[in-house]
Amino acid sequence: MKELYDTISLQFTLKDFHQQKPNLAFATAEKQQLIALLTYMRDVHRYTHLVFVTAVDWLEENRFQITYMLHNYDIKADFGIRVMLDRDKPVMESIHHLWEQGRVYQRELHEMFGIDFPGSPGVNEPMILEGWQGPPVMRRDFDTAKYSLETYDHRPRDTREPESHMKEKLYPED
Amino acid sequence: MADLYPPIVNGKSVYDLNSGKYLKMWQGPQHPGVTGNMSLELIISGDQVVDCKTHVGYLHRGFEKLMERRRYINCFPIVCRICVPEPDTNEYLFAAAMEELLGVEIPERALWLRTLNLELSRLASFLMWTGGQSGAFGHGTVAQWALAHRDYVLDLFEEWTGARIYHMYMTPGGVRGELPEGWTKHCEQVLAGVEKLLGEVWHVMFNNAVFKSRAVGLGVITPDMIDHFGVVGPVARGSGMQRDVRKDSPYLVYDKLDFQIETETAGDTYARAVVRWKEMHQSISLIRQILKNMPASGPLHVTLPNVLHLKVPAGETYVRAESTRGEYGYYMVSDGSAYPRKITVRGPSYSHAMALLEHLAVGVNIADTHGLMLSLHTYPPEIER
Repeated sequence: MKELYDTISLQFTLKDFHQQKPNLAFATAEKQQLIALLTYMRDVHRYTHLVFVTAVDWLEENRFQITYMLHNYDIKADFGIRVMLDRDKPVMESIHHLWEQGRVYQRELHEMFGIDFPGSPGVNEPMILEGWQGPPVMRRDFDTAKYSLETYDHRPRDTREPESHMKEKLYPED
Repeated sequence: MADLYPPIVNGKSVYDLNSGKYLKMWQGPQHPGVTGNMSLELIISGDQVVDCKTHVGYLHRGFEKLMERRRYINCFPIVCRICVPEPDTNEYLFAAAMEELLGVEIPERALWLRTLNLELSRLASFLMWTGGQSGAFGHGTVAQWALAHRDYVLDLFEEWTGARIYHMYMTPGGVRGELPEGWTKHCEQVLAGVEKLLGEVWHVMFNNAVFKSRAVGLGVITPDMIDHFGVVGPVARGSGMQRDVRKDSPYLVYDKLDFQIETETAGDTYARAVVRWKEMHQSISLIRQILKNMPASGPLHVTLPNVLHLKVPAGETYVRAESTRGEYGYYMVSDGSAYPRKITVRGPSYSHAMALLEHLAVGVNIADTHGLMLSLHTYPPEIER
């Protein structure tokens, strides 16, 4: 995988190469070069299968990491390409023209992390959280426990002992 | 056919619902069989679908968010709940990703027992699919047979792990327990029953004129669509693709077992059904091989440090396994703390159920949409995690 990394590095700016397994490696790419890099990987190096697209929230560093995982069926190898985005203005170019399922992943990332993909079909439509008004839920600063305590009232529970309850119900005069 | 489709204005089809030509119909969110709750927003003309939009979100439980707030071992009991028909793949992948980041190797016998568990759960899930697929085309009898036999497989699981659906057997570091005494014999009885059933299913379902006339030519996926839509598993193999994670990147003990990748070439619903039927035979053969070749004794797990205080070294990895719907994967990112930074679940039917189904449903008769969903083996909880 290191040879592949060195070959791609001749044309693209890559850093943080990490080989996790013999057939799995990661590298970080420049945001502006990503679409060209993915196209190059798909068409020249036969990384034709887009396995998934996901985002990781690095809240402390104020940035999002998007990971595009590509798979090559000929040599059975995976290459994960990371891209770092500014967390305050998360905008990324769309890959829906390269892979059809890309638009679904992008729609999900838009809804869950608030990352915008201009031009991706249906990216602004709600996918899973229909009618959700709050902040994007998968961001780490969204606290689910705090939200539910603030939003929903405490519902007091009426608990009764079965024995005394039945006695009260059946023999109230005793 | 040409005047069936509406005018396109600004790149979007405009359906005049008042014209009397089109009708908007919702299929779901109640699931028509065993697909899980998902709804299809269909525009139909006569009884033909001219536009389809899938809507998910009825089963969203926020697993990925929940896992960010839990210690690794506290995540383990919830991962299996992501997928009901086949929870074991989740358990295995979560444990495998964690073991990889920790640098732990599990004992030989645990590898064999994990493989046995995965194959048995594949068989159970395929039987459930048989019930769904036959039911969708009006074969209620076959559905009852298949689901009854799935229950026998679940009985085996109950005897082995104590639970029918969520086994929580493949704990990080190994497996939870030994096979009970006499289990192998019970397993062989169930396998013989399933084998007999498969022969009957072939006669009753696959040779049935109604099933054939509805399934042949329905939802054809050509080989050039496979990578474009991210198609995996039996759906890809039904279009002639020699792709199987168990062969391509062998995990556990699959490289020590003898099996072939089962394929068909037509790429339609019938071909996919045949692939799955063959894979049920394959699973039975693999289970028998495992029981025959498994080491008779040995340690079942390694001792991990106190899991409640366990910190996983910083790093990221991706592990995959072949489920009944194709490539299932876990992408785990650790920042070196006791909580995972991010775990992404790559559900195999993610791309099948959204992009591909919307594409294939156009032009299909409305009565066949259930059968089409089943033949793609869509499963919404994997989409919404």
